[in-house]
Amino acid sequence: MADSANSARGDLKLASVTKSYGDFTAVDDLSLTIPEGSFFALLGPSGCGKTTTLRMVAGLEEPTVGTIHLGSTDITFTKPYQRPINTVFQNYALFPHLTIFENIAFGLRRRGIKDVDESVNKVLDLVELPHLAQRKPTQLSGGQQQRIALARAIVNRPALLLLDEPLGALDLKLRRQMQIELKWIQKEVGLTFVHVTHDQEEAMTMADTIAVMNEGKIEQMGSPAELYDNPKTAFVANFLGQSNLIKGTLVGTDGDSLVADLFGQKISLPRSRSHAADSSIYAGIRPEKFRISLLQTSTSGNLLSGGKIEDVSYIGVSTQYQVMMPWGQELMVFEQNDDGVAPFRIGDPVNISWEPIFTFALRGDEDADAGTEVVPEDLDEE
Amino acid sequence: MSSIAKEVIVSRRPLGSSLSRWFGKNLIRIYMALAFTYLFIPVAYTFVFSFNDSGKSNITWQGFTFDKWLNPCGAPRVCEALGNSIKIGLLATIFSTILGTLIAFAIGRYAFRGRSASNLLIFLPMATPEIVLGASILSLFLVLQVNPGFWPTVIAHVVFCVSFVVVTVKARIASLDPRLEQAAMDLYANEFQTFRRVTLPLVAPGIAAAALLAFSLSFDDFIITNFNSGTVTTFPKFIYGAAARGIPAQANVIASAVFFLALALVIIGQVVSRKRKVY
Amino acid sequence: MKKISTPYLLLLPGFAFLFTFFVFPILSLAQVSTATPISGGDVGEFEQTLRFRNYLEAFLESREHFGRSLVYALLATFIALMISYPLAYALAFKSGKYKNVLLVLVVAPFFTSFLLRTVAWKQILGEEGFVVPPLRTLGLISESTTLTSTAGAVIIGMAYNFLPFMTLPLYASIDRIDPRTLEASGDLYANGFTTFRKVTLPLSMPGVVAGTLLTFIPAAGDYVNAELLGGPNNTMIGNVIQSRFLIPDYPTTSALSFMLMAAILIIVIVYIRKAGTDEVV
Repeated sequence: MADSANSARGDLKLASVTKSYGDFTAVDDLSLTIPEGSFFALLGPSGCGKTTTLRMVAGLEEPTVGTIHLGSTDITFTKPYQRPINTVFQNYALFPHLTIFENIAFGLRRRGIKDVDESVNKVLDLVELPHLAQRKPTQLSGGQQQRIALARAIVNRPALLLLDEPLGALDLKLRRQMQIELKWIQKEVGLTFVHVTHDQEEAMTMADTIAVMNEGKIEQMGSPAELYDNPKTAFVANFLGQSNLIKGTLVGTDGDSLVADLFGQKISLPRSRSHAADSSIYAGIRPEKFRISLLQTSTSGNLLSGGKIEDVSYIGVSTQYQVMMPWGQELMVFEQNDDGVAPFRIGDPVNISWEPIFTFALRGDEDADAGTEVVPEDLDEE
Repeated sequence: MSSIAKEVIVSRRPLGSSLSRWFGKNLIRIYMALAFTYLFIPVAYTFVFSFNDSGKSNITWQGFTFDKWLNPCGAPRVCEALGNSIKIGLLATIFSTILGTLIAFAIGRYAFRGRSASNLLIFLPMATPEIVLGASILSLFLVLQVNPGFWPTVIAHVVFCVSFVVVTVKARIASLDPRLEQAAMDLYANEFQTFRRVTLPLVAPGIAAAALLAFSLSFDDFIITNFNSGTVTTFPKFIYGAAARGIPAQANVIASAVFFLALALVIIGQVVSRKRKVY
Repeated sequence: MKKISTPYLLLLPGFAFLFTFFVFPILSLAQVSTATPISGGDVGEFEQTLRFRNYLEAFLESREHFGRSLVYALLATFIALMISYPLAYALAFKSGKYKNVLLVLVVAPFFTSFLLRTVAWKQILGEEGFVVPPLRTLGLISESTTLTSTAGAVIIGMAYNFLPFMTLPLYASIDRIDPRTLEASGDLYANGFTTFRKVTLPLSMPGVVAGTLLTFIPAAGDYVNAELLGGPNNTMIGNVIQSRFLIPDYPTTSALSFMLMAAILIIVIVYIRKAGTDEVV
């Protein structure tokens, strides 16, 4: 069974891949390289094309246009069973008529491997469920099924492991635990993991590299910190965490910094964080980067004055404020509750300040609300 | 919840007296007891009269005897009729299960031109009254100058069993998670291995249910059989023929035995499937 | 394009069979229905004369039986629905851990031969059964009143015999209803009856449609119940077709069969359209 496609190794390369269903384009001219050995996440809302991309890599769909290479081997049209790629399916897809042992041995047996006991037992040890070998999938809890689905895939030592919303069916606590475990297992077995999810926190926790997808295209790709600190589009700024986007105009430069005018108040921002096309911009600041101060207090850095506290939510580690600015925009501010100062109260007149380094600038013609819509947790997308 | 069900059955509320409250509370039980009594009266009657020490006709109670149970083939031709019913039933089951399962996979698994027309062709035999079905098949055999008999009966049974097999197996296929087959392909099983190792084992209970249904439909059929069987007597035909001059108690013995056998099979099936707890 | 031919290959044997032994016979039935026997020819020899009068004659001769068949079948279907719905509801929601046992019990009576059960009813309700003599003794019914050989006996017999075809689809669709939707309805100020009318019934509609069809179709064409439980005044269209086929008068019989089938198909199609579901097939 070890034909050329099956033994392929190396980076995964998608070149200009498009997938259309009639008039609808699920994936639009996507090019992407995923380096061997990395933990890569495809992040995006329901219907953004991430699952379709995954299915094309798995061989369950064929691209309308474009090619997929694994190392130097073209796998665009090879059958799923001819690719050294395995998938952890959404809701696991464990075979209900087979025992856990036979589920895990399934791939090994199909490849003609006679002695499967050692490999299966080893991978059962890895996921810490050796005592369940003779059970049926329905007798397992969700978390256990998830681990078996993972074991069933990695026992084959694929060049690439695809994870399709693997933690979506688990409750929050179990999800956190599995995130850490998955990351550990990936390091342990040294395989390339491609992880599809709509949960930005999950992607940030686990992946080395995240590609944020929207409407069939990649909006931005980079490490979690890069994406968070320096988003290039409003969609990324809003989909990964939360952002305050304030309309403004670039009015000048000051060394490595740009100077912007936000409703009559001047601020500065690093040139390297400006993605503006012309002088019209949205200045973006993450809510936790803001500091609130009473009017008379002096502050350094950027300052926007004339705010008024509209709403206060105390949530333990921090307090969230909604601050109404003179131009009628509400800004969101997260303050850590670590300074022993009594929180501000609704109606307090305040200034808002922050370090200029934390400012990014987006094109002024963007939709400032892109990526903010509440994403339904629809697991059966696409 | 309980109040909903209560009021579904009787839209009047308990009047407050303890008797009517008891009645309201247990209405569903009383109803089920009545319904099951209605269902089982003829079965019980048939069973009791299998012990009747009767002669040729078995209408009035003559006294208790085990004789008919010890000698179920005692009445002329009754066991021959039973044998024919079993043979016809098994053959009709085998053919209709094979043909119907293939059709069910085509309709349940593929999108193709003519799929809705295919569904219609499967629905039509079920919507055709048995008497029309039986009569039209007979007229075909007459045109082809084939005498009614054993094989024409088998063929006629396959015609009306196929649709029920298709519907039953199709439902099972529809409830199958397509991701299981994708997972098999992902795990290096080619199309044939996927079918053999995953699809078929998962659809098998549906096929078994369809086969049982086909057998029971064929075994119990009278109208279509009556048209196409010529001189071959089946068990229902035997009863129909004997009804005018009196049904021997041996028929009751055989019917009761079939009843208990089927019941035992179903119960064993349930116990086994619960033990294995597969699905 | 290998994928396209696979379904056709799978369909081939079954459809070849159905075309030969179902479609073709039905078409030849249609053909015979407008034919005329050749004068002086053998039994079963016809020529095609497109004599549509066969239909009119057949209809006029047996319109009484037609009407009776439809009325009996409708009543039997209605009775079966009335008996089955609470039964299926109780099975789905009220039977707890005995669900499987009770489900087996619902089907179990039908493991006994259909004819033998009908004969049993005939004897139970007959002159020498255990119902009529006590009623006579108590003076509840007159000496001349019988329970068999009546329309009621035929209808009840059909309702009984086709009951599992009603109960099982009903059970299947009621069992799928999430009991929380009923609780939600109660929570939203619907009383028990309103909950039934606005939530339970609409959700179980596919089962109602499937069950009524599966009961109505065999009942409309049945002649066994009429023959065993009915009298000379209760004969149905099935009895007519059955008896004429033996004479044999193929053209009129075929016309009758075809009309029965057409009538049932029209009723079924109108009904499915009205009920707005295609989950039947």
